[in-house]
Amino acid sequence: MNEEKGMSLIVKTVTRWLKGFIFLFGAYIVVYGHLSPGGGFPGGVVFAATFILITLAFGREYALRKMGKILASELDSLGALLFLLIALLGIHYGGTFFLNFIEKNHPSGNFNLFSAGTIPLCQISIGIKVGACLFMIFIILAVVRVIFVDGKGKLITTEKKEKK
Amino acid sequence: MIYYLCFVVFLIGLYGVTCKKNIVKIIIGFTLMEYAVNLFLILLGYRKEGIPPILSKGQDIFEFSKKAVDPLPQALVLTSIVIGLGVLSLMVAIAIRLYQRYGTFDITEIKKLKG
Amino acid sequence: MNILPVFVALPFGVAFFIPMVSRKLKWVPDVLGNITTFILLILSLMTMNQEFVYHIGGWKPPIGIVFVLDGLSCLLLIIINLIGFMATLFSVEYIEKRYTSKLRYYSLFLLMIGGMNGTVLSGDLFNLFVFMEISAISSYALVGFGCDARELEASFKYLVMGNVASLFILYAVALLYGKTGSLNIADVARILREIPYDNLIGFAFVLLIGGYMVKAALVPFHAWLPDAHPSAPAPISAMLSGVVIKALGTYVITRLIFNLFGFNQIISNLLIYIGIISMISGVCLAILQSDLKRLLAYSSIEQMGFIIVGLGLGTPLGILGGIFHLFNHSLFKSLLFLDSGAIEYETGTRDLNKMGLLYKKMPITSFSTLIGSLSISGIPPLNGFWSKLIIILAAIKAGRPIVALWAVIGSILTLSLFIKVCRYSLYGKGEKFDEEKFKNYKEVGNLMIVPLIVLSILCIFTGLLLIGGENGIFGPVVDVINGGVLQYINKVLGS
Repeated sequence: MNEEKGMSLIVKTVTRWLKGFIFLFGAYIVVYGHLSPGGGFPGGVVFAATFILITLAFGREYALRKMGKILASELDSLGALLFLLIALLGIHYGGTFFLNFIEKNHPSGNFNLFSAGTIPLCQISIGIKVGACLFMIFIILAVVRVIFVDGKGKLITTEKKEKK
Repeated sequence: MIYYLCFVVFLIGLYGVTCKKNIVKIIIGFTLMEYAVNLFLILLGYRKEGIPPILSKGQDIFEFSKKAVDPLPQALVLTSIVIGLGVLSLMVAIAIRLYQRYGTFDITEIKKLKG
Repeated sequence: MNILPVFVALPFGVAFFIPMVSRKLKWVPDVLGNITTFILLILSLMTMNQEFVYHIGGWKPPIGIVFVLDGLSCLLLIIINLIGFMATLFSVEYIEKRYTSKLRYYSLFLLMIGGMNGTVLSGDLFNLFVFMEISAISSYALVGFGCDARELEASFKYLVMGNVASLFILYAVALLYGKTGSLNIADVARILREIPYDNLIGFAFVLLIGGYMVKAALVPFHAWLPDAHPSAPAPISAMLSGVVIKALGTYVITRLIFNLFGFNQIISNLLIYIGIISMISGVCLAILQSDLKRLLAYSSIEQMGFIIVGLGLGTPLGILGGIFHLFNHSLFKSLLFLDSGAIEYETGTRDLNKMGLLYKKMPITSFSTLIGSLSISGIPPLNGFWSKLIIILAAIKAGRPIVALWAVIGSILTLSLFIKVCRYSLYGKGEKFDEEKFKNYKEVGNLMIVPLIVLSILCIFTGLLLIGGENGIFGPVVDVINGGVLQYINKVLGS
């Protein structure tokens, strides 16, 4: 079946060149979130877009070898827990939830990359979470098909089971 | 004037949700409604001949705050778009499962609950 | 007073932690879920009688986001966490039998509880919306948890109506922001008192209250409730009917009407008319049902009508009656739904015609169903009697005897409804009663009995909480609602 082999040779070659740059662009949007428009959410969407492009160009198995379902689920939870940890550390160092404790203790100049305290760290964790989460949604909605057997619908997954 | 047009798009989406029979068309109606609300929220912050709310080096803060557009609705809309994404993915997943159980996308035939 | 963020941070943290560690270990979701809800219950009991405004991140209002803890929030926190703890105890054995994935169930459940805790604590309009969405999306997924045809259909119907309501609410928040320039509830209240009345504010009010009435399942907007509550697993039905329609619906309506827009004669008439229509149509539709959980869902609509009538009267006695009935209803309605879950676990059916003579085989379950039915019908000295009496007396004292008459008619019809429930399921026989299966029934397991017993004991003794009337335990709650807009503004912005 053609879906397992992916798309034509031109698409595969261009994807192989461009996937690193798209990933880098997503990281740029995430890390510069406190200085220019962007931040965690759009950066995470571009992260997920890299993996979705790989899935469309090469097929499902290749993409799942790059980032499997279990890894995506773990990254998802990790991003959320990291965000919560940064928020709770505000209580420990300052007194209130979500306090920008890095900025209070080591104030840095404006317009730099390493300024605004905890905000870039929050953006990175949101970026990881949104990227992993969107990729997981896409893969799960893509591998599931509905076929009709004897007039009743059945839900099958079109992944080949590898050795467990 | 443009705020009325946003409301018209909202009403078109509402028409899609309530009057169409195919589940996929209901989902598309929902995306139209969300676009309309997010657009309305951003347009609230507009200021005539405004500049983007990004301060650059050497710019005076008081001049900047007189001319920049409002950044608060932009932050609200980011959150709202992500919430809409979550609900949309849940709707699509339930629609796939409904197709498996009932064999059709037509809501006039999905009527097992009565009374 | 640093524990306010814990109410939101702890359930979210554990909900994201559970999928990471429980692929290999099967006992982790149960233990973690129960420990979390127990800790939340203890913390919520510690917040009694305190008023506090917590500035997040150190930013002062109206620039920063605040968490506001006052009497009304404290009461709702206790209700949410108590019923949450009972439901997690019940689901340890219930989810084993029919549903597949325990770790996803506990994650979604904890997200729902965390979202509701955030809703009752929040002091900011957009923050309220975001927490409400978190809790609502988790409940849409939980309603369709077992993926049968009917459950998916119910979940889709609930999703569509809930999502339309959320979009109306977001539109109204946008309109209010455009008119006043702020999102903090106290700040918007202060500015709305200063600018002249405009039709745009009225439009925003209608959209906002209409959206939240869909979440609270009052009568023109109730169509999702009779489908969603029966199809959910039993602990989720108990949570939905006992807590979610209160925390997301009635609490927010109360907070916005009494502390943001101000209470006047038109709003009072609106609430009373909607309440009376909900009462009568809910109970009339309930008598016709033969599915046990669908009957209980329709009676939820009726009791929510009672609460809204009590709040709509506006006098301190009426408000006390409404709030006390909210507390009581969450206790006995979740008790009845957990009972129906136990009956379904054992007999495998929800149809009243197929059950019968359960008092011989399942004594504790039938005793707690009896206590629940007597409470909801208003038999003294159980707790339902006191709250219904206060609402009827408040209606007569406020000079509206017709309202009191409708409330008495509603109570009598509720009594007949629950006589039907007890007769068909516990003490008499249904028409299609099955003798052979009846011989194999036995009482349900221990962990499922403990919530039933605890809730029954609470139903019997909660009437004692009214000692002292408006100055007793419910005093701070009535004070918050009756104090109106000015008191709230001073509390949040003056600190």
